[in-house]
Amino acid sequence: MGLKAKNAVLTRDHIENFLFVFPAVAIFCIFYIYPFYKMINLSFFDWKGIGPMHFAGLANYAELMGDRLWWDSIGHAGYITLIALTFQNALAFALALACDREIRLKRFYRAVFFIPPVLSEIVVGLVWNWILNPQMQNNHPVGFLNHFLYATGFPQLMHNWLGDPKTALTTIAVVNAWKGFGWGFIMFLAGLQTIDKQLYEAARVDGAGSWKTFCNVTIPMMLPVILVVVILTVLGCMQVFVLILALVSEGLVNHTDVPVTRIFSAMQNTNRFGYACAEAVIFGAVLIATSFILKKLADRARQL
Amino acid sequence: MNKYIIWRGTRSTFTHLFLMGVALLCLFPLVWMVRCALMSNDTIFVDASLIPQQLNFGNFATAWTKGNLGGFFLNSVIYTVCVVGGIVLISSLAAFAFSRLKFPGRNVLFYLFVAAMMIPLPGSFVALFVLMTKLHLVNTRFGYILCMINVGLSMSILLLKTFFDKIPADLEDAARIDGCSKLGVWWYVALPLARPAIAVIVIFNSLTVWNEYILATLLLGDVKLMPLQRGLMVFQGANSVDYPVLMAGLTMAAAPIVMVYLLMQKHIVKGLSSGAVVG
Repeated sequence: MGLKAKNAVLTRDHIENFLFVFPAVAIFCIFYIYPFYKMINLSFFDWKGIGPMHFAGLANYAELMGDRLWWDSIGHAGYITLIALTFQNALAFALALACDREIRLKRFYRAVFFIPPVLSEIVVGLVWNWILNPQMQNNHPVGFLNHFLYATGFPQLMHNWLGDPKTALTTIAVVNAWKGFGWGFIMFLAGLQTIDKQLYEAARVDGAGSWKTFCNVTIPMMLPVILVVVILTVLGCMQVFVLILALVSEGLVNHTDVPVTRIFSAMQNTNRFGYACAEAVIFGAVLIATSFILKKLADRARQL
Repeated sequence: MNKYIIWRGTRSTFTHLFLMGVALLCLFPLVWMVRCALMSNDTIFVDASLIPQQLNFGNFATAWTKGNLGGFFLNSVIYTVCVVGGIVLISSLAAFAFSRLKFPGRNVLFYLFVAAMMIPLPGSFVALFVLMTKLHLVNTRFGYILCMINVGLSMSILLLKTFFDKIPADLEDAARIDGCSKLGVWWYVALPLARPAIAVIVIFNSLTVWNEYILATLLLGDVKLMPLQRGLMVFQGANSVDYPVLMAGLTMAAAPIVMVYLLMQKHIVKGLSSGAVVG
């Protein structure tokens, strides 16, 4: 076969092979790459969604820097994330430790803890909204939580949990943790089960107590898993939105705003597409920077 | 020795108390949801017992027909089947090529897909909406299905590629010698062998599509096209006073997910950990 003919066959072969990835690449380019580009592009424009586009330079970004509601919303998401990182993950870790041995009902616990994470945010949000209902009927609380407090003799603790700006965010964070801890539990348990049992044996032979074993065997061996859980918790909780929508559907108000709500309202309520895109770009950058810093911190911790 | 046994006994009791307490906390809201779904609007504010005195199953029928939950449910089934079918087909073709076939730009393209999984794009839905409007795909089933296929594509390709890489080349060679085309190898050799990975992809993506809300809100304004999660919010807006019917609707939305989860636990957990490893 001549070189030319061989090349022709090779090219035909390559084209044929490329056809296998073509549908995936086409969808990816249209629905991922293009919106990615368009998001950055639009953020430099002043545009109402229809009609003429006005180039605005960095005006959207400049306005964003001084937008208190926007930075507050990042703070709110940060607060929800902080609660998830500390209480939710600590609970998940404790449960995983308790389940990482031969105990009865292990499979039952494992199945139950993972039910909230598979439910949709809408279902979880609406059910909790009903449980936290603040209304009174015939001098008697309607929602379960207030009813429980009333019936057990703590009527002074009854509260409009989601309506009061002081408690709304914490209540959302708690529901978010309720939905999320089972996920952390499964991840930690999977990590714990990969630890070689001989390491525990060796530690015991060396005379280490359970606390020492925990600090010197379990924690170092779990560091990679902990890092993954921390990063995914941050990425997931910072983007929480649908849960809040379902929980406080009576009207989203500033004190429960998170970045995605702000982006949504810039787009749908005020029709400022360019501004919404600028918010999206900044928010994406914040998320990437945060996970990058976390990764660096974890690398340093591992070296110590 | 005796002391040791007592110590172990108390420790195990406390462990179980702790685990059982959390398990109850997990289950209670769901039990409460089902319990309220079985009450009537007259009794729900009066009867505070855990198990209502008279059960009222009519709420489910009301939610299904009057609340149009039947229609939303059917839409969700259509979207889930189409999106998951599309993802399996497209991602397995691509993963097969990335793992087995040679063409220029193969590695670059593959790393693009991997990078897409790592970079969070929380607000790209604004630009996506603009694009869909331009393509006249807003308020169409097809548009929503394409967008949702894109959501699950990267992770599925990655999962399948790692799986195909582990399949020994001998099998493929044997099929080639027997006169199988590349497409034939994909269909008769690669796909059947990848069944465990495909199971993970199917279950995991079904959960994602069934529970998806944001894109459904943006792209589907027509009530006839809305999937279940979006429908529930519309339903809640219209029935905000009729709690028993609302709870019946939520129960019906949650039931299939919980059942699929209980049956397919193993696959879901596997998908979760593999997704996390690459994320």
